[in-house]
Amino acid sequence: MSGDIAAMMNLEAINKALADAMEADPKVLLLGEDVADPEEGGVCGVTRGLSSRFGDHRVRSTPIAEQAIIGAAIGASLAGYRPVAEIMLMNFTTVAMDMIINHAAKLRFMSGGQTNVPITIRMMTGTGFASGGQHSDYLEAWFAHTPGLKVVAPAFPEDYYGLLRGCIEDDDPCLFVENGPSYWTKNAVSGELKTIPLGKAAIRREGSDITIVSYSRVLFEALAAADKLAEEGISAEVIDLRTISPWDRETVLASARKTGRLLLVHEAVKQFGVGAEIAAVAQQELWGVLKAPVARLGGAYAPVPFSKPLEDAYAPRTDDIVAAARQSVNMAEKLPA
Amino acid sequence: MQNSYVPSGETLLEMYRKVVLINKNDEHSHRVIKAGRIAAPYYSPRGQEIIPAAMSVNLTTQDYICTIYRGTHDMIAKGVPLKALWAEVAGRITGTSKGKGGPMHITHPESGCMVTTGVVGSSMPIANGLAWAAQLSGDGRVAVANFGDGASNIGAFHESLNMASLWKLPVIFLCQNNQYAEHTRYEKSTSVARISDRAAAYAMHGIHVDGNDPVAMYAAAREAVERARSGQGPTLIEAVTFRFKGHLLGDNDGYMDKEQKKAAMAVDPVPRFRAKLLADGIASEEQLAQIEADADREITEAIDYALDSAWPEFDELRKDVYADEVPA
Repeated sequence: MSGDIAAMMNLEAINKALADAMEADPKVLLLGEDVADPEEGGVCGVTRGLSSRFGDHRVRSTPIAEQAIIGAAIGASLAGYRPVAEIMLMNFTTVAMDMIINHAAKLRFMSGGQTNVPITIRMMTGTGFASGGQHSDYLEAWFAHTPGLKVVAPAFPEDYYGLLRGCIEDDDPCLFVENGPSYWTKNAVSGELKTIPLGKAAIRREGSDITIVSYSRVLFEALAAADKLAEEGISAEVIDLRTISPWDRETVLASARKTGRLLLVHEAVKQFGVGAEIAAVAQQELWGVLKAPVARLGGAYAPVPFSKPLEDAYAPRTDDIVAAARQSVNMAEKLPA
Repeated sequence: MQNSYVPSGETLLEMYRKVVLINKNDEHSHRVIKAGRIAAPYYSPRGQEIIPAAMSVNLTTQDYICTIYRGTHDMIAKGVPLKALWAEVAGRITGTSKGKGGPMHITHPESGCMVTTGVVGSSMPIANGLAWAAQLSGDGRVAVANFGDGASNIGAFHESLNMASLWKLPVIFLCQNNQYAEHTRYEKSTSVARISDRAAAYAMHGIHVDGNDPVAMYAAAREAVERARSGQGPTLIEAVTFRFKGHLLGDNDGYMDKEQKKAAMAVDPVPRFRAKLLADGIASEEQLAQIEADADREITEAIDYALDSAWPEFDELRKDVYADEVPA
């Protein structure tokens, strides 16, 4: 909460958001594998210190039982609590899909609004840990495809803090996607950390030739690409989507309308991904305005590989983004006026 | 220990009222759905009436239950109002869930009916969470997870019992063993002779009880509720009963053993309970006839109310998906 923090790691921002949320509201609970201090606050120590500060009854390490974890969170939320359930890795949500999709997402609707499920499900994921095919997937499109869920994927520490607070305060179930390999990345934090409402994108860099929309870790690849593109005389506007569902149509479409070109970049597999939905809406809304077809970059159509060179090549990299943006801009120049 | 919990005549009569309501409601459901007046999937609880009647007289309105698609008996016993229940089954705006949940998702927090799930086994992890909330707040509530014998073979059962025992949650796992997992006989789907034996694997109390015996079932429920309410943790009750009908209304139950079914129906728990009340001098023939007539009237009124109610407007598709309405 202090203005004198110059830089912060994403991991610290998450820990602080949880601590501040628990301080502010006694109904906020934490549960998940290894989250308490005797278990060192998880494999990356994200929740370290919280059980010592708030007690074992509010910060509970659980058995390795994802259905039981999400079920306990749902039940407690039906009784007025605001549990934050940690699923260690995004891939492990697959073990709890019945609880997330059939129950958390639908209980408000299926009860005609008599009950609601204000839970936050935190999870980490991402390539870069050399963890192979079952520890690295970005599965956000699955959840964004499910009515009733909200899906958030920040990149900067201010958003890790503010959007996690936003998820916890939200009255609907939220999935909070954390990039594991960038937990220790430091970024500047300007002024006071505060709650950020869901559903608002952030323009990270203004530009006039092309709009690049991204989120989570590959947003940094997009920002690096924008630097390189500037050297070539291409001015890229970079939007950090931050919330996947509901996504900020207004900001994205206004930017694409201005630049006339749109490139969507995510680490998740490109086919049927979040980029496909945004592309479809953009082509419909901006027909006749866009100067080039909407372009998309995403993870390879393959399980995440182990071998280092393959893993490095899996998700879109700076040079891939530069090339795609360049192609988009050049393509437009070839079109008749 | 169980034997010390003996229901009073008054309690037995209260249970019988619930049993009659469930039993009559089942008759009317078959009639109304077969006549085509309501189009809804129906999973009959016929034969299982005593179990929720005995459990619910040991619960308060504030206690929680989670139940499953075959759960009409649990809901009625817990006190879900019949008009709103029938309106929900009929898909009308006056239903418990404005017609948007249907018979498999009856929810009525005012009577403690928190979740009805269409997924086998899924009542249990959520009941744990309700029980955790009660434990944290110290409000003395207990949570009951209803499920069938088939659900004792799914992962959620094992995850939930382990967590409940570990955390000493005030939860009761009420397995209504009706001998059939959908179309499959108990012996072909379950590796143990008694599901209650599985409690031992989680250092939990297990009770094996004749779910069709009102006195024994009352004692089992009472024991489990007292254990939960006094902070001594969960109980697994296996209440043995029999499903008199097929899995789903409309199936021909050709997969059910004819002799087994005949034998079970010969000792139908509902008339047996009635006879006991008369034999023990707990109620007169006139009293029981009055209870039965009242139930018929109440259900008929509820059906009329439901069918006279309006359908939901189309904008209900955009409501209750989130707290805020989905934009058109």
